[in-house]
Amino acid sequence: MPLTPEDVTRIALLSRIELSAEEREKTRDQLNGILGFIEQLQAVDTTGIEPMAHAVDVVQRLRPDVVTETDRRADFQALAPETEAGLYLVPRVVE
Amino acid sequence: MSWEVVIGLETHAQLRTQAKIFSGSSIAFGAEPNAQANAVDIALPGVLPVLNREAVVCAIKLGLAVGAQIAPRSIFARKNYFYPDLPKGYQISQFEIPVVMGGGLAIKVGAGNTAADKYVRLTRAHLEEDAGKSLHEDFHGRTGIDLNRAGTPLLEIVTEPDMCSSTEAVAYARTLHALVQWIGICDGNMQEGSFRCDANVSVRRPGEPLGTRREIKNLNSFRFMQQAIDFEVQWQINEIEEGRAIRQATVLFDPETGETRSMRSKEDAHDYRYFPDPDLLPLEITPDWIAQIQSELPELPQAMKQRFETELGLSPYDAATLTASREMAAYFEAVLDVAGKENAKPAANWVMGELAARLNKEDKEVPAAPVSAIQLAGIIRRVADNTISNKIARDVFEALWNGEAADADAVIEARGWKQITDTGAIDALVDEVLAANQKSVDEYRAGKEKAFNALVGQAMKATRGKANPQQVTELLKKKLGG
Amino acid sequence: MSDLINSSLRELSAALAAKKISAVELATLFLDRVETLNPTLNAFITTDREKTLAQARAADETRKLGAGSLCVPGTPLRGQATASLPLCGIPLAHKDIFCTQGWRTSCGSKMLENFVAPYDANVVEKLAAAGMVSLGKLNMDEFAMGSSNEASFFGPVKNPWDTDRVPGGSSGGSAAAVAARLTPAATGTDTGGSIRQPAAMCGLTGIKPTYGVVSRYGMIAFASSLDQGGPLAKSAEDCALLLGAMAGFDARDSTSLERPAEDYSRDLSRPLDGLKIGLPKEFFGPGMDDDVRVAVEAALTEYRKLGATTVDVCLPNSGLSVPAYYVIAPAEASSNLSRFDGVRYGYRAPDYDTLEEMYSRSRAQGFGSEVKRRILMGTYVLSHGYYDAYYLQAQKIRRLIAADFSAAFEQCDVIMGPTTPSVAFPIGSKSTDPVQMYLSDIYTVSANLAGLPGISVPCGFGAGQPDKPMPVGLQIIGKWFDEARMLNVAHQYQQVTDWHTRMPEVTK
Repeated sequence: MPLTPEDVTRIALLSRIELSAEEREKTRDQLNGILGFIEQLQAVDTTGIEPMAHAVDVVQRLRPDVVTETDRRADFQALAPETEAGLYLVPRVVE
Repeated sequence: MSWEVVIGLETHAQLRTQAKIFSGSSIAFGAEPNAQANAVDIALPGVLPVLNREAVVCAIKLGLAVGAQIAPRSIFARKNYFYPDLPKGYQISQFEIPVVMGGGLAIKVGAGNTAADKYVRLTRAHLEEDAGKSLHEDFHGRTGIDLNRAGTPLLEIVTEPDMCSSTEAVAYARTLHALVQWIGICDGNMQEGSFRCDANVSVRRPGEPLGTRREIKNLNSFRFMQQAIDFEVQWQINEIEEGRAIRQATVLFDPETGETRSMRSKEDAHDYRYFPDPDLLPLEITPDWIAQIQSELPELPQAMKQRFETELGLSPYDAATLTASREMAAYFEAVLDVAGKENAKPAANWVMGELAARLNKEDKEVPAAPVSAIQLAGIIRRVADNTISNKIARDVFEALWNGEAADADAVIEARGWKQITDTGAIDALVDEVLAANQKSVDEYRAGKEKAFNALVGQAMKATRGKANPQQVTELLKKKLGG
Repeated sequence: MSDLINSSLRELSAALAAKKISAVELATLFLDRVETLNPTLNAFITTDREKTLAQARAADETRKLGAGSLCVPGTPLRGQATASLPLCGIPLAHKDIFCTQGWRTSCGSKMLENFVAPYDANVVEKLAAAGMVSLGKLNMDEFAMGSSNEASFFGPVKNPWDTDRVPGGSSGGSAAAVAARLTPAATGTDTGGSIRQPAAMCGLTGIKPTYGVVSRYGMIAFASSLDQGGPLAKSAEDCALLLGAMAGFDARDSTSLERPAEDYSRDLSRPLDGLKIGLPKEFFGPGMDDDVRVAVEAALTEYRKLGATTVDVCLPNSGLSVPAYYVIAPAEASSNLSRFDGVRYGYRAPDYDTLEEMYSRSRAQGFGSEVKRRILMGTYVLSHGYYDAYYLQAQKIRRLIAADFSAAFEQCDVIMGPTTPSVAFPIGSKSTDPVQMYLSDIYTVSANLAGLPGISVPCGFGAGQPDKPMPVGLQIIGKWFDEARMLNVAHQYQQVTDWHTRMPEVTK
């Protein structure tokens, strides 16, 4: 099922990627090409097959409840585009 | 025409661990902004989550305490959305297979002996990480982000839509609040956000299908919960009665106005694209592990309440009150250890009465009570063996509360409050009272019951309260020709 | 000096031990080569002579004081097979996907153009603890998404065998740098073939270990359930040494496996008598170019001479591996790359009013087109109403593909086939059609889906320009955790052939 322009708008919004009108059309063509290619998966009967989410069949290891980290705020915030008073700043969030 | 209210609650209980759920950062409250936000918490490129064992232990404890199923294998999933306080752009949570499924809580709705029993079913409880905090104070019109809280372990406990009033919702929330503290998985501090509730509220006409619900977010006190639900219910009823349909929405409660209002953030992107987190493997919980945690779990309030009723003969109300918190119950049991089970009723009265009142007055918690359980037991024993009267006992309690002596006996000794039990002495005293109060004697003989009480009072006064009132009563009756 | 650039790691180790050369001299030798040749090849994104030489001096000091004295604070030697440090003082370079404290770590993206990592990846830590000296950071397809290294913000990498051609990808900078002898070895990562495919296209040996053998901590995630780090080098013997230093349990990666440390060189000299090689007919179908087929067939003949037998096996679902991969990998990537939002680090667009504008412009400007395409694709296959049809279905097919391998390995010890369907293609020839580009991973992605180890070994030359023959790679896929056996199989072949010793013209 090929993507509509609305589909592309919706996934671009979900992905937080701005697309110009021109890019939107080009993207739609390319994604439809890829979708056409992966469409062959639909033909396979996978009834009763357990989905495989991990490459290895092991269970989660658990860490001990111990504080191991020290304050590295200065190092980390040196990387940030905008900080003040130890906070990361962003445009005002409206709730 | 009447309305039915349907409420389900989602509670986020912050778990009492040392470190975050997927990193080794501290979760202590009140640090400098972002001082406890480390590489994993701020989602630096390349970092990975590893699950904290203690968070899982907490989830298992809750599951056991509510009689739920513990999933032998549960899955962590990513809930994808963009928000500045969500550093990875997804929250690690559990979606399809949560760690705890089913179970429920027995609650009491209403107060005193008229309270009604109700059972609220739980849908599930799952582990997840908390987000950071957005601070909207003025940073030149910008929002500041503090990620100290990001990655704090949460257990989200979800009920079925089983409650039908704000009172029931609050009763459930209070019971759960007490339980999570009882089993030691959450400190219950609502002001610091350790225990937060979201309420899903809808209304319908009796017999009709469920109405559209609105979710009230982040209720961080029981009073606000009550107010918010009451307001919301009335609002929804008004809307429908005025012909407007309810639209699904997330709303916030404003304690200043007492109103709920719709959040302004767009409802567009509510496609969370949950999928199993490839960085985390399935969480396996073996029967052995569950058994071990079960063996370490304290007696639960429900079981303890039952025991207090059957073994100690306490009323359901007393038993419920004494098991309202683990500290209170522990105190009561410590009193009994010394005072003996035969004194269960007076011990209960003391703990629920004098002790609770004094604590309440001074805004103290049970563990901070100046009168220890052993000291209180000492008072109760001296009442039981007639060394002191109940009235004197209260004075002894007061003296101990003020730290005047080490135990009840020392107070009684120092103040000379030992009850007069010598029959000869009381006999003489009663004769004196009768002689000095001929008027009352005459009135009593004329059939005025009140006059008898006045005579008892006079006798007690003459002994400065140290006579055994029962003994005095019996003697008076005998001498007045019964 | 010139023979040093072609020396094996063992030879370099011996030269350092015998004090025929110092680590500083060795590092200088390679840094000079980078300075001369990198403008042509564009294999390195970042070099820092001072940092490199400081590491080299420390390595010389360590060698002088005796092995084991190298102390990197907070990084005890883990998983080291012996107490000695055979790799101490030998240079290598890191794919720019590995976080390196104090070095820019760009992941080939404008998004991280100015990102100086505040911590070391586990792999970086381990190789530093082994005394290896970093020459710098290597070019790559942006966020490892690509098969040609044309998708780098820092420009395409050229294949040293023919600079009009791609080196493969996404570890194209790693492959080009080793092939041009700008470094004796390099790290790489492999999500769908990103070590093996460039190794094949540049005439190198490159191994992707079993998923979970090398820690992913500090390796910027593309598709977490598929990503695995590994070395690219001139020979299987070199790869065995490097893998020994890179592999091992890491408590900071939940998917890192708790296994005893291994000496991956232990079986190198084992004869191949009785080795059973499985040949999946699906790997020898019509998609493969003739020149590749000829070279691979010749390699198989060589193996038979070494005492191996071949058996036909069947991987019936392998045709679905590329479509399944291009659902699963973008899905995971769309989520993994959400953290690049311009808030805490990385690129932030200069002009925006609202938060939403800041997000969508920073990401639109900070990511290249292939990355954006995959994020959008991944978002789509996970979105409401499409999850079951695409993502879940792909995961089920992934299970079928893994089961095919389990069945095949009942009949054979290793599986062989071509690494790529064609030799390195000309720059620009596939970059307009994503699907054509994706198909160059056709033989490699199934090992990632199944979590299996795979190695690519040079096995001859195919067509190119008449004067510029291009290398062909033989892929060996082993059983789970059978790295030592695979390296043995590769090494024995390299004892009787000299393809792996051939060098492109630019090195001469």
